Amino acid sequence: MAAFDPVSALLGGGLIGLASVLLMLLNGRIAGISGIVGGALAMAAGDKIWRLAFIAGLIVAPIVIGLFGHPQPDPHMPTSWLLIVAAGFLIGFGARHGGGCTSGHGVCGVARLSARSMVATAIFMATAIIVVAIMRHGFGG
Amino acid sequence: MQGLASFLCGLIFGSGLIISGMTQPARVLGFLDIFGRWDPTLAFVMAGALAISSLGYALARRQGRPVFAAEHLWPNRTDIDQPLIVGSVLFGIGWGLAGLCPGPALANLASLSPRVIVFVIAMIAGMSAMDLWKLRVPSATAMEDAALANSDG
Repeated sequence: MAAFDPVSALLGGGLIGLASVLLMLLNGRIAGISGIVGGALAMAAGDKIWRLAFIAGLIVAPIVIGLFGHPQPDPHMPTSWLLIVAAGFLIGFGARHGGGCTSGHGVCGVARLSARSMVATAIFMATAIIVVAIMRHGFGG
Repeated sequence: MQGLASFLCGLIFGSGLIISGMTQPARVLGFLDIFGRWDPTLAFVMAGALAISSLGYALARRQGRPVFAAEHLWPNRTDIDQPLIVGSVLFGIGWGLAGLCPGPALANLASLSPRVIVFVIAMIAGMSAMDLWKLRVPSATAMEDAALANSDG
């Protein structure tokens, strides 16, 4: 993995912010990925087209920026299949239960200065830090 | 037009995730690993995203109506309730285990990595399980309808 690069991090983050702002200015919607996917899955929701279009944009993003010469992401996932399934399930279940994820609460919610989102972001960050500490350094950090 | 605008927003969002390194679980886990060799990337990504979104949302608050929609659907809930806390803890456990959250998981699908595909299927199963479980509790059904309209993101 490449070394820490603050410029790419700030630029990429800026694009995430820009996309969130554009979705609000153009379509009046919050760019929360779990909310967008959850709504696309819900049988009752009648506003599926913009949701599916956003998801399609996310999925083709690596292909499009690949055309401009950016290397394709090569995600290194955990080796255990059980861990992958458990983590995926918890993320989907937890994000829907808690009303949002890293994007809806962490970016859009914090930018709106929503107390709910700040609490949610603090909780999932602290929990994830504890989980990583246990997984990598054993109990007690 | 709503669909095209959404597609472009998803494209920009996904590009931002990839350029910033957030599609690489090792980067995210490196940030969460405060007792190891800490990787500050995620903090810079958040700073960049929040700087632009705070300013842009301030602009959107002054906009009469969105370009392609009747109104801005701002989340309006302010209560800190139990589902918010429990859901965020469960989400944090999954995030700490895999280093991948919903956006980067979807932006990684084109790699056709079987592990990413299984992760996304499990994530969708988790979301569906949550929605089905809420439907099974009659008193929560009305709340769910309200929550869908007023969800945080």
